[in-house]
Amino acid sequence: MGKTLAEKIFDSHLRDEPFSGTKILSLDRVLCHEITTPVAIADLVWREKDRVFDREKIKVVIDHVTPSKDTKTATQAKMLRDWARRHDIPDFFDVGRNGVCHAIFPEKGYIRPGFTVIMGDSHTCTHGAFGAFAAGVGTTDLEVGILKGVCAFREPATIRVNLNGALSDGVYAKDVILHVIAKLGVNGATDRVIEFRGPIVDQMSMEARMTLCNMAVEAGGTSGVCMPDMTTVEYLWEFIQADFDNKEAALADYQQWVSDSDAVYTDTLNIDVSDLEPQVTFDYKPDCVKSVKEMAGTVVDQVYIGTCTNGRIEDLRQAAAILKGKVIADSVRGIVSPATPKIFQDALEEGIIKIFMDAGFCVTNPTCGACLGMSNGVLAEGEVAAATSNRNFNGRMGKGGMVHLMSPTTAAATALTGVITDARSL
Amino acid sequence: MQKKFGGSAIFLDRSDINTDEIIPAKYLTEVTKEALQPYILEDLKLEGFDPNGEVLKNATVVVTRENFGCGSSREHAPWVFEVNDVHTTIAESYARIFRQNMFNCGMLAIELPKADIDQLMAMQQQGEVVVSVDLDGQSVTAKAGGEEKQFSFEISQFDKALVDAGGWVEFADARY
Ligand code: SF4
Repeated sequence: MGKTLAEKIFDSHLRDEPFSGTKILSLDRVLCHEITTPVAIADLVWREKDRVFDREKIKVVIDHVTPSKDTKTATQAKMLRDWARRHDIPDFFDVGRNGVCHAIFPEKGYIRPGFTVIMGDSHTCTHGAFGAFAAGVGTTDLEVGILKGVCAFREPATIRVNLNGALSDGVYAKDVILHVIAKLGVNGATDRVIEFRGPIVDQMSMEARMTLCNMAVEAGGTSGVCMPDMTTVEYLWEFIQADFDNKEAALADYQQWVSDSDAVYTDTLNIDVSDLEPQVTFDYKPDCVKSVKEMAGTVVDQVYIGTCTNGRIEDLRQAAAILKGKVIADSVRGIVSPATPKIFQDALEEGIIKIFMDAGFCVTNPTCGACLGMSNGVLAEGEVAAATSNRNFNGRMGKGGMVHLMSPTTAAATALTGVITDARSL
Repeated sequence: MQKKFGGSAIFLDRSDINTDEIIPAKYLTEVTKEALQPYILEDLKLEGFDPNGEVLKNATVVVTRENFGCGSSREHAPWVFEVNDVHTTIAESYARIFRQNMFNCGMLAIELPKADIDQLMAMQQQGEVVVSVDLDGQSVTAKAGGEEKQFSFEISQFDKALVDAGGWVEFADARY
């Protein structure tokens, strides 16, 4: 009987099985940010166990609220900063060099096929795009990860989602994943890995694959995964070229993580996306999804382009293509947060930042920003946002606010008109 | 050390209650668990629910529906329950990270089938519902008015070991 990618990673990283069905895995990466890590640090200090299992395998960023906005967030940043320095953690990203965790860590080449990755952040599933097993965890799991380099998981079961057909113009990875979540429901993949397969995924860039995997948790999934292929090798090449003679050799090595053809899945979904239209959420759950056409005309107060879902260069390019030479509606506040300094630089060089600014957007530094209503861009009661983020929960972007999730292209079109708009109708 | 389980129940009759509703993101700037205490369930969208009400104040058990604790990985959600003495949740199902966080803190996230939750919910009509938990016997008993009902639940050996140890840090530290 064949094995899935997740099963192969579990087998190769199994450290202990204290009880049947409970797998204790050794970790290749423990990622940290300033919101969920400080309590773990404080607890380790209190227990007189202020140690790290491997300073090279721990990667640290301040991203949610940065630069700090008040004394409390400054304290969180300081706790993380002091800890990173105290343990001489080489990869720590602070103001000026920092960006959204799930964008900056892959960009630095830290995530490789076959890796086990945890972070105190539910969207850690993003990193599965590289053929890794990457899961969001709470602060206690993070604390044990930091101290011991292990984490406990239940036996991995996988749902296979085959994405077939061809995407029409103006339809992107975000539309696909919203559609998949609508099909699975918000708990359709609980305790499951979602494996994204098929010609649509094969043709996708790493950026688009990260958008897909990012939202696996919105269907309850532990991790989203894509099979490592030449696209993965190309993306990682600058970081791995010392390890392999050539790209073919890297690809051959990474093939060991591809699911076997006779692997067993708990469920298989075949979705033909050829007729898929741009998608958008309504209401307060990510599985409440309609076509943009059905929601067209809904008035919005703020448009937010950025986040770990859609704040990468490809996303900014797509939005800029719609905004170029135009000005957003007077009634709308447009905010864009390039997800990392590199993305910001590339966008500057490509003239994308100028397009956004000429259109009337506020350009912020790389940060989670408006995504979670605790930094900048908070909504007032009764206000409505169009956002490229991943969560539309009640209160997510500010108490009493409503968030509609959509692709960067749809968000840009919506900014121009002030109402939810299908970019293809412009 | 094992925590105290059971007590007076509050009923949150809705599925998919997310961690933003249990503790809004704006309070994630706190660096102690205790500081979260006043903000429990502040943004919960549920008809008739009062986050400042007496029922919540007295409750040490939460009874709810499917996919409880979905969304963010924030352990602040179990913590805000912990510092309000709610050490037991009973639901039809949980989001993975929330469920693990509960056990990692040495607390109990009990799963019961929908029919049992329906019966528990119905007991509210008798007034205050008091739940007691027999962890070794894997059963919960609910009493309200003169009525008493018992339900059995399953808990994995690992989750039980975490509860017995007082949490994952204690378990892992002793073993790895
Ligand atoms: S961008 Fe939003 S969803 Fe992504 S890590 Fe930041 S707060 Fe979380």
